[in-house]
Amino acid sequence: MGNSIANSVPSKEGRYGKFGGQYVPETLMTALLGLETAYDEAMKDPLFTDELTYYLQQYVGRETPLYYAENLTKELDGAKIYLKREDLNHTGAHKINNAIGQALLAKRMGKKKIVAETGAGQHGVATATACALLNLECVVFMGAEDIERQQLNVFRMELLGTKVESVETGSKTLKDAVNAALRYWVTNVEDTHYILGSALGPHPFPKIVRDFQRVIGEETRKQILEKEGRLPDAVVACIGGGSNAIGMFHPFVDDETVALYGVEAAGSGIETGKHAAAIAGGQLGVLHGAYMYLLQDENGFVQEAHSISAGLDYPGKGPEHCYLHDIGRAKFQSITDSEALEGLQLLSRTEGILPALESSHAIAYTAKLAKTMSTDDIIVVCLSGRGDKDVHTVRKALGGDR
Amino acid sequence: MATLQQAIEQTTVTGNKAFIPYIMAGDGGLETLKPTILQLQQMDVTAIEVGIPFTDPVADGPTIEQAGERALAAGVTLRKVFETLASFKEEIHVPLVVMTYFNPVLAYGLEAFAEACVAGGVKGLIVPDVPLEESTILRETLNPYGIDIVQLVSLTSPPERIARIAAASQGFVYAVTVNGITGARTNFAHDLKGHFAHLREVSHIPVLAGFGISTPEQVVSMGALGDGVIVGSAIVTALHEGNLTKVEALVSASKGDLEKSTL
Repeated sequence: MGNSIANSVPSKEGRYGKFGGQYVPETLMTALLGLETAYDEAMKDPLFTDELTYYLQQYVGRETPLYYAENLTKELDGAKIYLKREDLNHTGAHKINNAIGQALLAKRMGKKKIVAETGAGQHGVATATACALLNLECVVFMGAEDIERQQLNVFRMELLGTKVESVETGSKTLKDAVNAALRYWVTNVEDTHYILGSALGPHPFPKIVRDFQRVIGEETRKQILEKEGRLPDAVVACIGGGSNAIGMFHPFVDDETVALYGVEAAGSGIETGKHAAAIAGGQLGVLHGAYMYLLQDENGFVQEAHSISAGLDYPGKGPEHCYLHDIGRAKFQSITDSEALEGLQLLSRTEGILPALESSHAIAYTAKLAKTMSTDDIIVVCLSGRGDKDVHTVRKALGGDR
Repeated sequence: MATLQQAIEQTTVTGNKAFIPYIMAGDGGLETLKPTILQLQQMDVTAIEVGIPFTDPVADGPTIEQAGERALAAGVTLRKVFETLASFKEEIHVPLVVMTYFNPVLAYGLEAFAEACVAGGVKGLIVPDVPLEESTILRETLNPYGIDIVQLVSLTSPPERIARIAAASQGFVYAVTVNGITGARTNFAHDLKGHFAHLREVSHIPVLAGFGISTPEQVVSMGALGDGVIVGSAIVTALHEGNLTKVEALVSASKGDLEKSTL
């Protein structure tokens, strides 16, 4: 393990190379330092890890299948494609892995209240679910524009007993919801834990989220070895903030033969400026506690991200992904809205699986990649969520709105 | 011109408390920046905190956030604020402290930022999203230009941490008086007296109270805890409404022998 890249980050200061850190108001520093200590202790305590495993198996439905997509493979006539079925988790996406983990951690820390942000509503629903299960009071901040786009998820959260607060400031989307959640946390830090939904934010959040999502990659690694007797040649995952991608990548980072591909949302196209591809089209900057690649203008003002997928609609990329990009260990590609829609239809048609718009970016890139590889090669795709939530958006985009 | 610490000590030695108003640069248009600074200077404030608008002001409440949105809509940027300050630098006789989130500083470039501070008469910098752990680079880059880096202490900071922050802070220690964001408050919880007593004991520089102070009475009571106050949202609101009388009432509450006033 001496030369492990995977275990070399974060540093004690929460750095991934030059990325990450803790750029937050002083009022939160004590909470972050306390969170780190509590987290480290919890992960060494079998009572905690056993409880987490129990809920992941009995409640979330893990492990999720690693499914050989034979029809898709035949259609593309390239590398063999496996899908890691995170869409089969309770609540329909990988977000629940982290939400359950952090909710258990909050309980262990004696916090009775939870605050969270949500974009599309997937992390909000996952957090609301975990809070209902574990009897925690929950408030979720959501941009007014996202509330408009995702009415059903708002109602789902309310059914689960969560209070959804509309955020009317700034661009009224995910980044503003994070601002509002951080403000709420600053004000209520003594009895409240913030369940951040992606591998973003100040240390130790990127590490905690990564570790709770690592189960994706760990299961995948074991499953592919069982099925194929060897590691895959490529692993593909979509990336907004980067939680499903880092969970999938991390157990493979030290396997040099496995290529890692993160797929950013190119929106209307990177050249149009209307995209969410911070690695392809952003600069280095600080937002929400971390130094990372960020969509911003020459004045350092943060720019709005654009993507048909609300879950990828964030102007930054998690610090560990920025690091993996910088050292060349992972490659970051981008897929436009219309390519993602094609990916969604391709998987629906060939396999009878309707992927989330987020995951459709990974499918669309895989379709390109598979054709360049031999039929002996293996690609694993993280199918991070199911597409039921997106049916309305997709129908509108494909012109089938009646 | 006096340093921040000198300006504060020149105020407190007379029995008055330091008073630092916060303004949002360019709220009402960039052309208001000069007259606003000169008016406040006329009222004999100790220093002036010049806020730079930002798209994602996580430490600010609705009053300052909205002022920032108005300034952004008016096209205000860090560069334009520096240009304006430099244009009337000779008329500025109180130390200016820039308060900005970190990203605009990074985008400007740290060295260029330091040079622009000097050209604009800026003597100090407050970056609310750069806590002690991340602050070394600011002191290393800006101290050679004579710019102080002011650190914030919060009610949640444990005693040992308070001592380290107080030791690192320059100009003064910015003591946040609430758990929360900027903006008017009616109630201040916690044992503020004990908190400030400890802070003043461990600090070798003045201690100023800020966040939530919005009435002349609060200027008196919070000022008595330390060496003075910073007033933000109430000043921003009064300036936005053109109510200079209210600004004056806040400033004059800091003058007089406050130690005698009851809490």
